[in-house]
Amino acid sequence: MANGTLAKDVSYLEYEGKHKGLAGWLLSVDHKRIGLMYLMGIMIFFFVAMTLGVLMRLEMLSPGETIMKPATYNSVFTLHGVIMVFLFIIPAIPAVFGNFMLPIQIGAKDVAFPRLNLFSWYLYMIGAILAIVSLFTGGGAADTGWTFYVPYSIRSAQNVSMTTLAAFVLGFSSIVTGLNFVVTIHRLRAPGMTWFRMPLFVWGLYATSWIQVLATPVIGITLALIMLERFMGIGVFDPALGGDPILYQHLFWIYSHPAVYIMILPAMGVVSEILPTFARKDIFGYKQIAISSLGIALIGYLVWGHHMFVSGMSDTSRIVFSLLTFLVAIPTGVKIFNWVATLYKGSIKFSAPLYYVLGFIFIFSIGGLTGLVLGALATDIHVTDTYFVVAHFHYVMFGGMGIMFFATMHYWFPKLFGKMYNEKIAIIACTVIIVGFNVLYFPFFIMGYMGMPRRYYDYLPQFQGWHILSTIGSWILVSGIVFMFGNLLYALLKGPKAPMNPWGGTTLEWKVPSPPPLENFDEIPVVTGGPYVHDKQTYIMHPGKEGIKANGGTKTVNQEAAL
Amino acid sequence: MNPIVELVDNSFIFIIAISVILLVGVTAVMIYFVFRYSEKNNPKPDQSITGSTTLEILWTVIPLILVLAMFFYGYEGFKEMRNIPPNAMVVKVTGKMWFWHFEYDNKKVSDTLLYLPQGKDVRFELMSADVNHSFYVPAFRVKEDCIPGRTNHMWFHTTNVGTYDIECAEYCGLNHSYMLGKVIVVPEKEYLEWVNKVDSVKTPDSLKTDSLKTGTVKTDSLKTTQLKQDTTKSPGSKKDSIKVVQKDSVKRKEK
Repeated sequence: MANGTLAKDVSYLEYEGKHKGLAGWLLSVDHKRIGLMYLMGIMIFFFVAMTLGVLMRLEMLSPGETIMKPATYNSVFTLHGVIMVFLFIIPAIPAVFGNFMLPIQIGAKDVAFPRLNLFSWYLYMIGAILAIVSLFTGGGAADTGWTFYVPYSIRSAQNVSMTTLAAFVLGFSSIVTGLNFVVTIHRLRAPGMTWFRMPLFVWGLYATSWIQVLATPVIGITLALIMLERFMGIGVFDPALGGDPILYQHLFWIYSHPAVYIMILPAMGVVSEILPTFARKDIFGYKQIAISSLGIALIGYLVWGHHMFVSGMSDTSRIVFSLLTFLVAIPTGVKIFNWVATLYKGSIKFSAPLYYVLGFIFIFSIGGLTGLVLGALATDIHVTDTYFVVAHFHYVMFGGMGIMFFATMHYWFPKLFGKMYNEKIAIIACTVIIVGFNVLYFPFFIMGYMGMPRRYYDYLPQFQGWHILSTIGSWILVSGIVFMFGNLLYALLKGPKAPMNPWGGTTLEWKVPSPPPLENFDEIPVVTGGPYVHDKQTYIMHPGKEGIKANGGTKTVNQEAAL
Repeated sequence: MNPIVELVDNSFIFIIAISVILLVGVTAVMIYFVFRYSEKNNPKPDQSITGSTTLEILWTVIPLILVLAMFFYGYEGFKEMRNIPPNAMVVKVTGKMWFWHFEYDNKKVSDTLLYLPQGKDVRFELMSADVNHSFYVPAFRVKEDCIPGRTNHMWFHTTNVGTYDIECAEYCGLNHSYMLGKVIVVPEKEYLEWVNKVDSVKTPDSLKTDSLKTGTVKTDSLKTTQLKQDTTKSPGSKKDSIKVVQKDSVKRKEK
């Protein structure tokens, strides 16, 4: 029986190599330590951006000035967007949990390029620091919105250049991580792990990584052009110099729409991990879920124009983009139906991670379905650039990716830290979060259809009732989030020790100790079946040479965890 | 009723109705499964279920038909929006930080308040004097961006006499949320009287438009002070903008 007990049973948290203490972390190329370092940074920025969001809601409590001036408000929503998108939503699941779990799930000792991995963490931190510095230097924090639309972003007297530079650097961090993951998945799978034996989280990361590698350079070039335009007035975008503002919008969304799928695909991957574990049965429609990730990534490239239905783009292109946009709904629907079907005839253990996933399916469905309103031309022209859009993308991004980030933390917390948290409190916190979330964002749909434009510091009196309701929702949501993190923090300090496999999961990370040792496996395992088979063993943890030969996997697995 | 409004609202209701059915269906089935197949009610999971080709085809094809129907509804409404009646009266709309400027057929101009005759098709030529704006009249369910350096078009039919909000829907800086206005639809006779009265013409660049009520006194005073402050910083015309860009780069070089 392969139970994965290791001879050198020192966890990655306690291991001491060449460097000790803080340097042991900052110079570590261990994918698990890098994952945790990302987690630290990401948590800080999440709380900063969340605070900005709460301040915005406070300002919206009454028309006119409530707590801040319009200039401040404009910078606050810009930073809320930039920090949330570039520092939280894009890197959160891939950089933290992708780094931590990807090598373990495919039976590798580390990612393909461990040093590059550490380098991308430094890029992330440099980008983040630039973003923070841009708040306090130059003309003050950028006030363009996270979309940096020209010509406003060229003319704004605020410190837009540094904020775009920050986003530029963060883009490189994203590209490097994506490249690393693609190579890791291609080259470092354990013997016997065919493409269709990979866990679905790995499929999600694979699709995401390709988008990161192929789409992120576009935003890099675009942001660089903005900087050139600001410093030298080269006139690519500024109509006063013969440039074209619509060109900017195309370039921006060619990246930023696929980026939406960078954000959501890894989250969808975790849904496909959590459901079979707690239903105690194989996932429904494994291949369809895996392929639909690639389908979403592929079609996701071709729909950017739906952000520009009122920009003055030609009528034909609006119609084509609308049609393509509707096609993305198909693979997304396939995923949701397969997830629900997974529960059928399972033996469901009702635990915190599953509860978050159920909340995700409900909220994400609302987000996805309201996306149809935005995909249809007639309705989009009415509700685009209103609160309807704000509601839609918060349901998809926060309700989708954000809630799944919380689910992921609860699912893999025992593996990351080797501690257990209080499940009852986790479930209560989740309920508060789901209620608060809907009270906060649902009124946005109604206000949007009534005609409340987004990025408005002030508003007409007919909207006030909904704004008050929404602000109350923000307080509920934040208390839920604080409650949830408090519970996890307490568990980190005083929680009981977690067993190797607390949930009865079937993928490889549950076959190694919690927390895992430095190189994950003392011997590379051999894979003999699918990832979610509950009634028999599909991994041989200590195969020896015989085992590898017997299972047809003579492929050499080259993974010197460089240390 | 206004044809565009009807088409937009109908496609909205169509999409939302299907969405609600799907949402309630998925959620109900999910909750039912969680209780019906809980550890207690179903201690032994059925490991033989790993997928079903029939179901996969069904939930690919049915949604595909549904979304194509939604696309078609949206397309129909859009066709109406773009199908500008050839004999429509023309109003030139210029967005400028942070007010709306209108120019009528007979060169008469107005700021903030857009006077229109009842029962007419009106075609708007949308332009911008500085940055991107978006001319949005929620009551008529239409908007289109005003992009500097080009002219965009949209139209609507003025069905009923009344006053309707105009909002700027594309973020345009400090006083974006005060870039409001009103469409005032009046009987044709009244409109002709107004449009032919020359002496009531306002100077196109007048910034102090008191006629617009944003709801609070506080915001009004805030508006005028900040407008003054910022027009010095942000360029109004094209020539100015070049100057500002140069000034910025010079400043940076000094640092």
